[in-house]
Amino acid sequence: MSTALKPPNVVHRRGKDTIKSWPLADRMAYYACWAVGIGLCFIAGTLILFMLSKGLKYVSLDLIFSNPAVGADQSQTGGFLAPILGTFILTLVGTLIALPLGVGTAIWIVEYGRPTRLARAVESGIEVVAGTPSIVLGIFGLLLFSNGIFAFMSFTALGGAVVGRSFLTAGAMMSLIALPLIFTTTREALQQVPAQVREASYALGKTKWSTIRKVLIPTARPGILTGTALGMGRIAGDTAIVVILLGATLQLEKVGSAPIVSTLRGTGSTLTSYVYNNSPAGEGNAPQKAYAAAFVLLILVLVLNFGIDLIARRSKKETV
Amino acid sequence: MSSSTPLPPIRRINTDNAPTVVDPRNDNLAAADAIAAAVAPGASDRPERMRIEDLSIAYGTKPAVRNVTLPVREGEVLALIGPSGCGKTTLLRSLNRLTELTATAVATGSITLYGENIHELEATDLRRRVSMVFQQPNPFPMSIFDNVAYAIREQASRKPNKSTLLPLVREALEDAGLWDEVGDNLDHPALRLSGGQQQRLCIARALASKPEVLLMDEPCSALDPKSTEIIEELITRLREKVAIVIVTHNLQQAHRVGDHVAFMYLGELVEYGAVEQVFNSPRAERTQNYVGGVFG
Repeated sequence: MSTALKPPNVVHRRGKDTIKSWPLADRMAYYACWAVGIGLCFIAGTLILFMLSKGLKYVSLDLIFSNPAVGADQSQTGGFLAPILGTFILTLVGTLIALPLGVGTAIWIVEYGRPTRLARAVESGIEVVAGTPSIVLGIFGLLLFSNGIFAFMSFTALGGAVVGRSFLTAGAMMSLIALPLIFTTTREALQQVPAQVREASYALGKTKWSTIRKVLIPTARPGILTGTALGMGRIAGDTAIVVILLGATLQLEKVGSAPIVSTLRGTGSTLTSYVYNNSPAGEGNAPQKAYAAAFVLLILVLVLNFGIDLIARRSKKETV
Repeated sequence: MSSSTPLPPIRRINTDNAPTVVDPRNDNLAAADAIAAAVAPGASDRPERMRIEDLSIAYGTKPAVRNVTLPVREGEVLALIGPSGCGKTTLLRSLNRLTELTATAVATGSITLYGENIHELEATDLRRRVSMVFQQPNPFPMSIFDNVAYAIREQASRKPNKSTLLPLVREALEDAGLWDEVGDNLDHPALRLSGGQQQRLCIARALASKPEVLLMDEPCSALDPKSTEIIEELITRLREKVAIVIVTHNLQQAHRVGDHVAFMYLGELVEYGAVEQVFNSPRAERTQNYVGGVFG
């Protein structure tokens, strides 16, 4: 390069974008973000530490693997095996109902979206459900499932009235809690699939349905799984519907003798209702057991979330 | 730069000498007879696979393609050129009825495949016989094998199974010049391939159903020069197997790979002829201006 073209006085400076060089407002915003972040971590950490210390103090294998004692004073005898099973059963029933409904509705809205007005109405309807307090869903469910035609979902009491309380009826209402979450995440995942991927499939002579099954659902799977995990967490953590629709029997009370169905038509309890019943607010007045059960519930939900996250990430890794 | 030679001055476009707008009626009139003769059914020795006859397509009230007649002949590459928005992509997409996916698109005229009206065929069958490669490489988020096999498998089923499909998948990948690079890693996710490899995978996928016509919509515009060169060689090699219609913005590319060239402008077919004729002695003034770089 000729000397004439050389720019004069080139000083090589290091990058100078340090926080100190920022304007005051930027610096304040930066520190405020840090403060909020650390504050939230602190609260979450304290919560978990508190649960750990209280929970670990009272929890024992004996409690986890023994059933609540029938009729006896809860503070003296019995564990919470039945409520743990109840949480699993209820979560499973609710998810199994919500998953196909949520995914199916999302597919219909995103991929078909016709008739347009009905699609808009359904979307608003799901938003309304998402905003409904679960105790409202619970009381509405009791009203609905006490009708004679729903007798098959629960059982008929001696007087001939349908009880309307069972794992099936509670699960049906619980599915409404998980449905909006599954619907929203699936819809967003489908909307993120580029239009050209759909077009590529149609251009290979594939029908819309094959495209949905073979390309769109697999692509949206991480999103669907995330929504499902969120929904399961909400079901496992809900108390109002359990108290109203599952009944307050601590044991799993079967109805009839058919395997599985007898449990599903029967009543029981979950960890949330167990915690409620044993807390000072409830009847059992055994706060130690409430702490232990709450601890187990927390661990279950955390494991569920991490597990699903892992599966979602792995299924993403396989394709991308 | 070691030399001190001054940079050439920036050439200013002299708007005073810019060509006056060509009146399309006069322009077409001059070339119409010659072009009509060139697109006529018996104009070439090569048999016709597809024929577009007096095709017009509009999106709502906005016309995109106007009264286009074109033959797609066996063993050759037809290059569609023209400025953006001239309707060449719409024309291409109408050949396997992808325009039908746009709700507002209305078409008149006829398109035939071996004399059969394509609108009387099942769209799914037609698209296996007239397959397409897009501008952006768009492999599915699945393995390399499944991407190619997806095109052959019955709709949503897993049948036929993997071992039956392997020879067909291998043949398609070999045709697309990708087998040597991915043959050992058929289970790898397709999205981890490079852009050029992804596009060749899309070509393999389009070839897997053994189509009679291959449509390519600017297949190299998202690729680097090296990948472009590989794909152009591929096009030249494939024309013996399958009739190719390629849309391109790149005039050099049209010149390199095309056997016949169709120049479209504002939805009309302005010029059609053998590649040397269109580039060296265009009949219409607008073609002259376009290939000469006056506009476009």
